[in-house]
Amino acid sequence: MEYLSIVFQEVYKILFLLVPVLVSVAMIVWLDRRVWAFVQKRQGPNVVGPFGLLQSLADALKYIFKEIIIPSSSNKVIFILAPIVTMTLALIAWAVIPFSATQVLADINVGILYLFAVSSLGVYGIIMGGWASNSKYPFLGAIRSAAQMVSYEVSIGVIIINVLLCVGSLNLNDIVIAQQNMWFVIPLFPMFVIFFISALAETNRPPFDLPEAEAELVAGYQTEYSGMMYAMFWLGEYANILLMCAMGAILFLGGWMSPIDIYPFTLVPGAIWLILKILLLFILFALVKAIVPRYRYDQLMRLGWKVFLPLSLIWVVLTSSYLFYFNLLPVN
Amino acid sequence: MIAHAIFFYTFSIIAVVSAIMVTASKNTVHSVFFLILDFISISCLFIMIGAEFLGMIMLIVYVGAVAVLFLFVVMMLNVAQQKNQWFAGQQSSKHIPVGLIISTLIFVEVIIVIGGWKYKPEIFDINNSIAQTSISNTHSLGQILYTDYIHVFQISGMILLVAMVGAIVLTFRQRSGVKRQSYIKQISRERAEGVEVLEVQSNKGVKIDD
Repeated sequence: MEYLSIVFQEVYKILFLLVPVLVSVAMIVWLDRRVWAFVQKRQGPNVVGPFGLLQSLADALKYIFKEIIIPSSSNKVIFILAPIVTMTLALIAWAVIPFSATQVLADINVGILYLFAVSSLGVYGIIMGGWASNSKYPFLGAIRSAAQMVSYEVSIGVIIINVLLCVGSLNLNDIVIAQQNMWFVIPLFPMFVIFFISALAETNRPPFDLPEAEAELVAGYQTEYSGMMYAMFWLGEYANILLMCAMGAILFLGGWMSPIDIYPFTLVPGAIWLILKILLLFILFALVKAIVPRYRYDQLMRLGWKVFLPLSLIWVVLTSSYLFYFNLLPVN
Repeated sequence: MIAHAIFFYTFSIIAVVSAIMVTASKNTVHSVFFLILDFISISCLFIMIGAEFLGMIMLIVYVGAVAVLFLFVVMMLNVAQQKNQWFAGQQSSKHIPVGLIISTLIFVEVIIVIGGWKYKPEIFDINNSIAQTSISNTHSLGQILYTDYIHVFQISGMILLVAMVGAIVLTFRQRSGVKRQSYIKQISRERAEGVEVLEVQSNKGVKIDD
């Protein structure tokens, strides 16, 4: 009985986290399309519900009632597993995101490593989908995305090392609390820019959406998918984008901390500040999608390996020597 | 404790079964996927004994990077062709002695380690070093790696670097006659050298020298 009550409590907590995340993924799709439309002087989805807010729900309903087609020459088990893997990995990462000093599902010691590990596993959904489809375009898309995600992960990892040097802990709450006096976006601004661009590449967002470049690869790894399985890829992708925004907010923008440490601002709960910061980053993502044309593949690889990796490595040396010279290294 | 045991046995059974499936499955891509499952369940076991840093690094390095490269290579292979050569044909027999020798060696090593751990625990000194520290796993790893074993640590990094440079040198070939793009040239082009406005007279045209 005791175990059962603990389990129920945990399930309740998980639902309390998952349902808002899923709803906000749906909302964020709508926001993405709206921002995109406004940049191009269009209206965007504005018919279903007030301001078109329910558009994503209508889309989801449409996907649910569509037929799921499994190609006869595909590897069926892996074909079905791929969207599930994408979706699951995008959602389990939210377990460690702190919404305030106490509101966190799993306050583990190696939170940032967990986030990094889960986001680096995200590539499997795409590879599995692309390979199991047994078709040319999905396979090409999968290979492209695997190469892309593996290379940008490296620079994200080095950027995380930069932040960790200033914090002295791998716990996400400690990272947030270390930014009490100054958000890391100020001293580490170049790293923030590189993180933002790498996050775009890591989540296959334009201008780095080469895995699904519709002009050359139809839709890349998701060409053969239909119905709810396609929708799960799509949801997983947006959940991943949200996660990357949350990671950026926690690493550089002070997480759940209020921007000004004065009385009326500190009353606002931390979750709201975190959500506002995530939204800010997401609107930047959406603007980039609307403004910037797609990269060529060789340029993308060059940017990752020859520009971002050396730059962030140099910055690690700079940060650590600065901290060491002025005796600011966090020792506990 | 019961929950702990349940989790331990679940993960270890998954690890063992998927390790067997790595060698047993006929499709090479499936074996890589089972290898990934094996890595994941072993990292879960690491986390269960409190080695959270090791578990996460296992996930990041092996599953996130090494296995992706494996998958890359294996997907490029022609699986149908391979089946005929390796599984249906008799060619596999010459690999068996080598495999037997290596697996016997590994088995003997494991026996030595486990036997030593069982009968001479003071050699390994694992229990003391973990129990005496109240700091987290990551901190204690860092304190050992960057103080007592700094030279070994740096040398192993150097060896990896040398291996990487060696691989690049071995596979690098400079092909002549390939047109390359210079990004600096492309970006630093001015309007004056790219565009010229000409007055075109009708019926005469313009001669462009290139």
